[in-house]
Amino acid sequence: MSEALGQANSQAIARYKNNFLKEVEERVEDGQWVKMCMQCGVCAGSCPFGPHWEHSPQKIFMMIRAGKREEVLTSDSMWMCTSCYNCVVRCPRKLPITHIMHGLANYAHRLGLVAKGQPTRDIAVLFWKNIIKGGRLNELTFSLSMYFRDGFGQGVKNAMAMQGIGLALVKTKRLNPMEILGGHMCKDKSGIQRMLAKAAEIEDKRRGMA
Amino acid sequence: MAKKNYAFYPGCSSQKGASASNYLNSFGLMCEKLDIQLNEVPDWNCCGASIAYAEGSELPRLMLSARNMAIVEKELPGQDMVSGCPACWLALREAKGRFEEHGSMKTEANECLQDLNLSYQGQVKPRHMTEVLIEDIGYDAMKAQVVRPLDGVKIAGYVGCQTNRPFGIDGESFENPMYLDKMIETVGAEPVPYDQKVTCCGGALAFSEPDKSYKQIRDIVESAYDHGAQVIATPCQLCQANVELYQSEINKKQGTKFSMPVVFYSQLLGLAYGGDLKQTGLDGQVIRANVLEKFIK
Repeated sequence: MSEALGQANSQAIARYKNNFLKEVEERVEDGQWVKMCMQCGVCAGSCPFGPHWEHSPQKIFMMIRAGKREEVLTSDSMWMCTSCYNCVVRCPRKLPITHIMHGLANYAHRLGLVAKGQPTRDIAVLFWKNIIKGGRLNELTFSLSMYFRDGFGQGVKNAMAMQGIGLALVKTKRLNPMEILGGHMCKDKSGIQRMLAKAAEIEDKRRGMA
Repeated sequence: MAKKNYAFYPGCSSQKGASASNYLNSFGLMCEKLDIQLNEVPDWNCCGASIAYAEGSELPRLMLSARNMAIVEKELPGQDMVSGCPACWLALREAKGRFEEHGSMKTEANECLQDLNLSYQGQVKPRHMTEVLIEDIGYDAMKAQVVRPLDGVKIAGYVGCQTNRPFGIDGESFENPMYLDKMIETVGAEPVPYDQKVTCCGGALAFSEPDKSYKQIRDIVESAYDHGAQVIATPCQLCQANVELYQSEINKKQGTKFSMPVVFYSQLLGLAYGGDLKQTGLDGQVIRANVLEKFIK
C-alpha cells in the first residue's frame, strides 16, 4: 500500500474509532441502508456469483454492524457483483444492495485495501480511465489495456488467446482497428473532465474525505 | 401518420465499428416502418455502465447521466430520451431517481454543470427502445407492418438483467417477463419457454472473471438448446456479445459444440418488415443466423 493510501486508512480508523457502521453510513454510497437489513438471506440465494464469494451481502451487512472493518473492506465479495440487480428486486426491505456493494468496493479501493491484482477492480479502473479520456468508451483500447494489464508477455498471450473473437468482430465490422488512433470522442471532453473533477471534490467534501 | 420524435442516446457499444454496431444498423428500417424519428443527443457521453464504480464514486458517476439529460433538456426539449442500451437507460433512470430523492445532490449536480453552460431540471424521461415499441407503438401496430412472418422459427427470448431489473418494463414481472416472447410472436415466430430467461450472463465480469461467467453463459445456451430454440433474441448489447462471442471459448475449454445465433429483437422486427442482410444487421453476426437469413431471398 502506498503511503498516501495508508494514511487515508489510518485517518479513517482514527476518526471513526470502533464505529464502522457510522463510517459506512457516512462514507459509502447508500451506506445508510445497511442497518435496515433483517438478515433473511434472500440476497445470498439470489446472487449468480453466490458460490464464488467469501461473504454474502447479508453477511457483509452483519459484519459491518459487528465492526469487522478489515474483514469487510478486504473481502472479495463486492468485486463479485455483476450488477444483475436480482438481490435488489427481491430484498423484502428494499435495500439497494447492488449500490451498497459498489459503494463498499469504491471505498475499499479508495483506502488501498483491495488485494493487488483483484481482476474486477483492475478492469473497473481501466474502464473509468478509458471513458474519462474521451468521454466515450473506446472498446479497442479498453480491451488491449485489459489484456496487457499484467505486462507485455502476458498481454501477447491473452491477445493471442482471444484473437479468434477479435478477428471475427473485425470481420463483422464490430471492432475497428483504427480506433487505436483515438476513435469516437466527445467534443467537450475537457468539459467532461472538469465536471467529473468538480463532482469528486464536492462529494469528498460532503463525506469528510477531502 | 406523424412521426414520433425522440432524443436518441445510442451509447458507446452501438457506435459505428463498435461491438453492437449491427444493433444500431437494425434500427433504421424498424423505426421507418413504425414512424419513429430518432434525434441523436448532441455530444452525448458514456453512462459509466455498471463497472465504473471502482474509480468513479457516486456523484461523478451520476454526473455522466446528468450531463446527457441536461443536453436533452437544452437541445431537444420535450422529447423522451431513448436508448437501445439497458445500461445507458438504467444509468439515466438511477441518476434521475437519485436526484429526485436527494434535492441537495441535484443542487450539487447543477454546480458541476454550470461550467459547461448546462443545467439539469429533471424533466427528461429516460426510456428503453423496447418500452417505446411496447407502450408508444403497441404490439398490434408492430404486427401490422409484418410482410415476412418468421414462420416456424423457434426463438428463446433472453431478457437478461438490466432491461428487467431493478426497473423493468411496466406491468412485467421480474421473474418471468413476457414482453420479449410477445414480440417474438408479433413477428410470427415461436417463443420457446425455457428456464434461463432472466439469468445473468456475467455482465462486465465476463472480462475479469471469465470462468464464472462462462458457467452462466453455458447455462443459458444449453437451456435454449434443450428447449428446442434455434436462435436466442435479446434486448441487451452486453448479453448479446457475451452469449454469442464466448460460445467458441466454452467449446474450446469444455468440449461443447455450441453454435447458437444470438440476435436483437430489432433484427427480428427488421427481418419481418422485409429487411435485407444489411438493414437487419444480420451480416454482423459472428455466429450466422442461417435460420433467419433464409427468409432473405
